[in-house]
Amino acid sequence: MANQFDKVITVEEALAHFHDGMTLIAGGFGGVGNPPTLIQGILDKGIKDITLISNDTAFPHIGVGKLVTERRVKKVIASHIGSNPNAGAQMTAGELEVEFCPQGILAERVRAGGVGLGGILSDIGIGTIAEKGKEKVLVGGKEYLLETPLTAQVAIVHAKKADRFGNLVYDTSARNFNPLVAMAGDITIVEADEIVEIGALDPEEIVTPGVFVNYIVKSEGVNWQWAWEK
Amino acid sequence: MGVGEVKETESFREKIARRAAQEIEDGMIINLGIGIPTLVADFIPKDKKVLFHAENGILGTGPSPAPGEENPMLCNAGGFPVTLATGASFFDSATAFAIIRRGLLDMTILGVLEVSERGDIANWIVPGKRVPGMGGAMELAQKAKKVMVLTTHLDKNGRSKIVRECSLPLTAVGAAHLIITDMAVMEVREDGLYLKEVMHPYTVADVIGATEAELKMDEEVRVFR
Repeated sequence: MANQFDKVITVEEALAHFHDGMTLIAGGFGGVGNPPTLIQGILDKGIKDITLISNDTAFPHIGVGKLVTERRVKKVIASHIGSNPNAGAQMTAGELEVEFCPQGILAERVRAGGVGLGGILSDIGIGTIAEKGKEKVLVGGKEYLLETPLTAQVAIVHAKKADRFGNLVYDTSARNFNPLVAMAGDITIVEADEIVEIGALDPEEIVTPGVFVNYIVKSEGVNWQWAWEK
Repeated sequence: MGVGEVKETESFREKIARRAAQEIEDGMIINLGIGIPTLVADFIPKDKKVLFHAENGILGTGPSPAPGEENPMLCNAGGFPVTLATGASFFDSATAFAIIRRGLLDMTILGVLEVSERGDIANWIVPGKRVPGMGGAMELAQKAKKVMVLTTHLDKNGRSKIVRECSLPLTAVGAAHLIITDMAVMEVREDGLYLKEVMHPYTVADVIGATEAELKMDEEVRVFR
């Protein structure tokens, strides 16, 4: 068993957990909160045929968008792909399978997987094509859709600060899906901008308890230009 | 001006946003969609205090930062840097949508591809052509207390976006309450779609002629200048 009280490893060591055909879940929203160093590692190692669970496919040269642009993803489960034209083009060409899920339901499906629930019931999308193929459940006479939980072989998370146990603090709106994703990996790997000693974080400020985290790598920072910078 | 010549220009967009801002009341919690809805914030009178909800995990977004002052991690749901309003909070995506599903948004302001006379909204997919995905639109349209649709009256091909029945896959059924376009202000009621105002310089006849949906009237139609 790895040292529970020092989960910090190198990016190279982290990449040993990634393989072709894997399921991968990533925190982030439009690239904000996608972990840049781990994504670059996946690209450099040549990992392909990924099933990616992520809110969106970011932008062509930002975050998880790069994995799509470089054709490493065979299927994506997301709420939105509109900001990455490569995703749409690959979908239209039959090269990328896309399963759309309403954003809040995606968040709850990831949360359900991460917290050990068998699914959730919701009325979102009733009367639309979003209900296609979903089991309907009556509760107190009201109709709900059964939404199944999501987990993945590896979860990748971005945090502003991690202590060596994996207690996490996030960065403003880069939090988004990250705390949910952190719970939903068979193996959860955190990329942190700053790694501190155990005890350095105020327990009141910790959003994700370190028990959900398997490994921590030090971020080398964002290696792309944001869309708004142009 | 011929109806077919209507183009989506900056002034049309601003006029729609200016009219939409009149619907906003003091103390509201509001989610603004991308496009024309984003402009509404610029037209809210200073004496009305509202909080803007961004579904990527902020309640209380403020104006855009000055150039050079951006924090790349602090963005709205459209991916643009924002500042924070006094009293703002951060939360994860599950909580962002808990706020929406629980009915705590007083208003959501959305763009559409089509909206029907019963308030059905289609704004996430043109099958085989444009398939961006629904993002958070289904929850927003289905659960906000008031759903305000801002759109050009006609699409790029000059066809009415205000229709009897949506031809595109729906985002939400019977969701829209108020529709504001570059030509008119329309209200969705139990018994149909009512023309409330025309946008200067259009006439009632112009609007009826440009609208595929059936428009009802029960009082004098006002002019918004």
